[in-house]
Amino acid sequence: MLSTETVLFFSFSYIGLLFAIAFIGDRHAEIGMSLVSNPYIYALSLAVYCTAWTFYGSVGRAATFGLGFLPTYIGPTLVAALGWLVLRKIIRISKIHRITSIADFIASRYGKSTALGSVVTIIAVLGIIPYISLQLKAIATSYLIVIDFPLTSLPRHFAEVPVFKDTAFYIALILAVFTILFGTRHLEATERHEGLVAAIAFESIVKLIAFLAVGVFVTYGIYQGFGDIFEKARSMPELRQSLTMGSRPGMYANWCIHILLSMMAVMFLPRQFQVIVVENVNEDHLNKAIWLFPLYLLAINIFVLPIAFGGVLHFQGSGADADTFVLTLPMEMNRPVLALLVFIGGMSAATGMVIVATIALSTMICNDLVMPVMLRWPLLGLAQRSDLSNVLLSIRRGSIVLVLLLGYAYYRFVGEYYSLVSIGLISFVAVTQFAPSILAGIFWKRGTKAGAMSGLIAGFFVWGYTLVIPSLVQAGFLPTEIVAKGPFGIALLKPFHLFGLTDLDHIAHAVFWSLLANCTMFVGVSLFGVPSAIEHTQATFFVDVFKYSVDSGGSSLWRGTAQVGDLRSLLNRFMGPERTEEMLAEYASRHAIDLNQSMTADAALVSHVEKLLAGTIGSASARVVVGTVAKEEPLGIDEVMNILDETRQVIAYSRELEIATNELKAANERLKELDRLKDEFISTVTHELRTPLTSVRSIAEILHTNPKLDSQQHRSFTSIIVKESERLTRLINQVLDFQKIETGAMDWHISHLNLKEVIEDALTTTNQLIEEKKINVGCRLPENVPLITGDRDRLIQAMVNLISNAVKFCRDNHGKIDIDLQVAADRMQVNVRDNGIGINESDQNVIFDEFRQIRHVTKGRPRGSGLGLAITRRIIDFHNGRIWVESQPGKGSTFSFTLPIKTVSIEV
Amino acid sequence: MTPESIKGRRLVGLFLLGFVLFNYPIISLFNIESDLLGIPVLYHYCFGVWLLVIVFIRYVTRNQVRESKPPSDLR
Repeated sequence: MLSTETVLFFSFSYIGLLFAIAFIGDRHAEIGMSLVSNPYIYALSLAVYCTAWTFYGSVGRAATFGLGFLPTYIGPTLVAALGWLVLRKIIRISKIHRITSIADFIASRYGKSTALGSVVTIIAVLGIIPYISLQLKAIATSYLIVIDFPLTSLPRHFAEVPVFKDTAFYIALILAVFTILFGTRHLEATERHEGLVAAIAFESIVKLIAFLAVGVFVTYGIYQGFGDIFEKARSMPELRQSLTMGSRPGMYANWCIHILLSMMAVMFLPRQFQVIVVENVNEDHLNKAIWLFPLYLLAINIFVLPIAFGGVLHFQGSGADADTFVLTLPMEMNRPVLALLVFIGGMSAATGMVIVATIALSTMICNDLVMPVMLRWPLLGLAQRSDLSNVLLSIRRGSIVLVLLLGYAYYRFVGEYYSLVSIGLISFVAVTQFAPSILAGIFWKRGTKAGAMSGLIAGFFVWGYTLVIPSLVQAGFLPTEIVAKGPFGIALLKPFHLFGLTDLDHIAHAVFWSLLANCTMFVGVSLFGVPSAIEHTQATFFVDVFKYSVDSGGSSLWRGTAQVGDLRSLLNRFMGPERTEEMLAEYASRHAIDLNQSMTADAALVSHVEKLLAGTIGSASARVVVGTVAKEEPLGIDEVMNILDETRQVIAYSRELEIATNELKAANERLKELDRLKDEFISTVTHELRTPLTSVRSIAEILHTNPKLDSQQHRSFTSIIVKESERLTRLINQVLDFQKIETGAMDWHISHLNLKEVIEDALTTTNQLIEEKKINVGCRLPENVPLITGDRDRLIQAMVNLISNAVKFCRDNHGKIDIDLQVAADRMQVNVRDNGIGINESDQNVIFDEFRQIRHVTKGRPRGSGLGLAITRRIIDFHNGRIWVESQPGKGSTFSFTLPIKTVSIEV
Repeated sequence: MTPESIKGRRLVGLFLLGFVLFNYPIISLFNIESDLLGIPVLYHYCFGVWLLVIVFIRYVTRNQVRESKPPSDLR
């Protein structure tokens, strides 16, 4: 149906397209217009989780286990919800410490230990190789199916085909080339590969479309919808049992463990770590990704069951492999275009995984396995090499080829005996061993290097025993008795039924025992050991990552000296001179220092260089390398604790200081303002005092020099003197009153009083003032007013102040003042309304403050001391009343105050 | 309490809810041979809860794009 040429043409065209996309992505990254810096691409790149396992394997598993395929996708959905707590923290830590792989993460957390990094790398490589072989198997099988149709009876025995005639071998080589081209073009301090991410995101779209297309075709093209397929499945005994989860013993425990397993896998598979953490451009992208990614998983899983059941119904008894239904169903129905799309989709799923996984593994192998050995092996002459960046790149390229060849070998010798999902699950269990060290590492400070090391080794050992040994037995490398009867005939040690545990399936069984061993050793050894200084430091930086600022990461914990020149040549060797100068110049400009002037580097620079190197060769190696040029004074654990405490305290102190400084500033402002007001007040008062004084003096002089004035003139002159001296007295009294009230020295004469009389008295007092300005006063006072207690004279004074204030601001010719008294149940309210110029809203709040006079734009400062209203407010306050003003500029103001009727407790 | 930590707590709560809903014993209530619109109730349940969790995550994380300021220049 499809010729070899057609299939190859489309396959290579597709790979060419991926190259193009990756190329464009890289170009855009170089000119700073990132294509991948958005949450949608990020979410799509996370979907590298869906590999050939999802594309082909899920259907295979669903055909035998029904919903058994689902926990692999439910786990990631739950993790997405948890992602905000866990993943965001891991991302933040990794960015600050320039962590580029899972091995680096664990090594860095437990004291930048090279040994730990190596162990993690070995586990990761051994654990992921089956997974890579699964992808190779899927591509090779799907290729053969498309070519050899209608021969559907796969799998055949690959081992009989010579290597150089084996499709899978060439696929492995092509993938190696692609990965090398886009994964290791140059060394980056951050290890981000934008072009590659763009290609991966594109592949995610292709595989989703392909799978949905075949799903729709099977469900609605071959059958009449979901209901029809389930209806037919119900009539078939072997499918009928797949409609529920059944009732096998341990079934729910298996289900739960599989969910947990996929939760760990989606975070700690090296390729997931690569796309989630290393390739992350912006933490904020998590916001959208944590719901888009589960949605993607949901979409790609909806049609799994219909395809599985449809395939079983269609191929009843023909021995077709359920893992290939996705492809064989369209072939059977003679749909070559759809089959080709599916083939490309499957290839997308597989290649995406292989590329990202090998890049992640090659980084680990280079930084955490090869570098530490090379750095300690003087025979290699590494110390003499001036430029190591090419060495680094070669190591990575070599490890990419190595990983793919190992994957191919596994596929050739072991892969054929297992279904796709079973192979993948073995890898899941392997990476789950990282979970205790990482999760405890970011939330629990007490975990130690020794604990992590023993936990990982114990878990890895149990994994090997319960899953790898049986697979080797199956492949014929070991005698079958080991699985059937246990090693040396000890039934309790049967790899699939350790200590007689039979309820769990093989995977759940392995997860349980390996994690039990792992956690027990990790926690136990940690609790019985003592962390070293650097372990303690790193633990604090990891667990409290959100508390420390970005820059403080470690420099305060380093004491020692290094020469700038040494550091520069160190960077040169690993990154090349161009990037070195670029990065040092950036550092120098940010810290405003001239690196050419200074000979000795301070702790901050040394730790910065170490971080830069960590991005390229891993934190553990970076520490070793920097250690060769820097003379470090080792810090004791007590010192570390002290410094960490100090750092935190300093942060806390500086916050308190900031608050206190702000308070001081505010107080200072207030004082300045008061000072200004006081100055103004003094000038106002002296001015006010001088005016009457001047007129008194000049009139007195007139009387003195002209003794013969007639009595009429004489009287009028003396009356002016009397009036002006009254004004003087009033002014001085006001100042004295205010002073008394302020200092609490005022004598209050409390008695029962009638507020109505108070108002009338005040009016009498101010009568002359009112008459002079020809102001019309309207007074509405009720007949009977309840008595209140208070100081009569002071209240009259307050009232006089308000009235004279109103008079002062009334219109010159048609002045009008309304005074009214309202009686409520518990209080009385007095309103004094004028029709004057009014008061701006902004001034209404401050008008009762002492020394305040509202300046009018045109009329300047009004007359008076500016104390009247301040005194009035204090009098009203003393009587437990309230005073306020309502005003509209141009329409007049209303001053109102209330006094409680039962002035219960006025201290006499 | 910052908006970040409120969101974090809600999402942890959602995780716990999802974990309970997807596990024994609740899932066993739907593990029965009975169907709705021709599709087994267990399938309805699994995909329904799945979608529900997604919708809730979407709800909790809505309009949160500019709230957190991660260190913009990580050096």
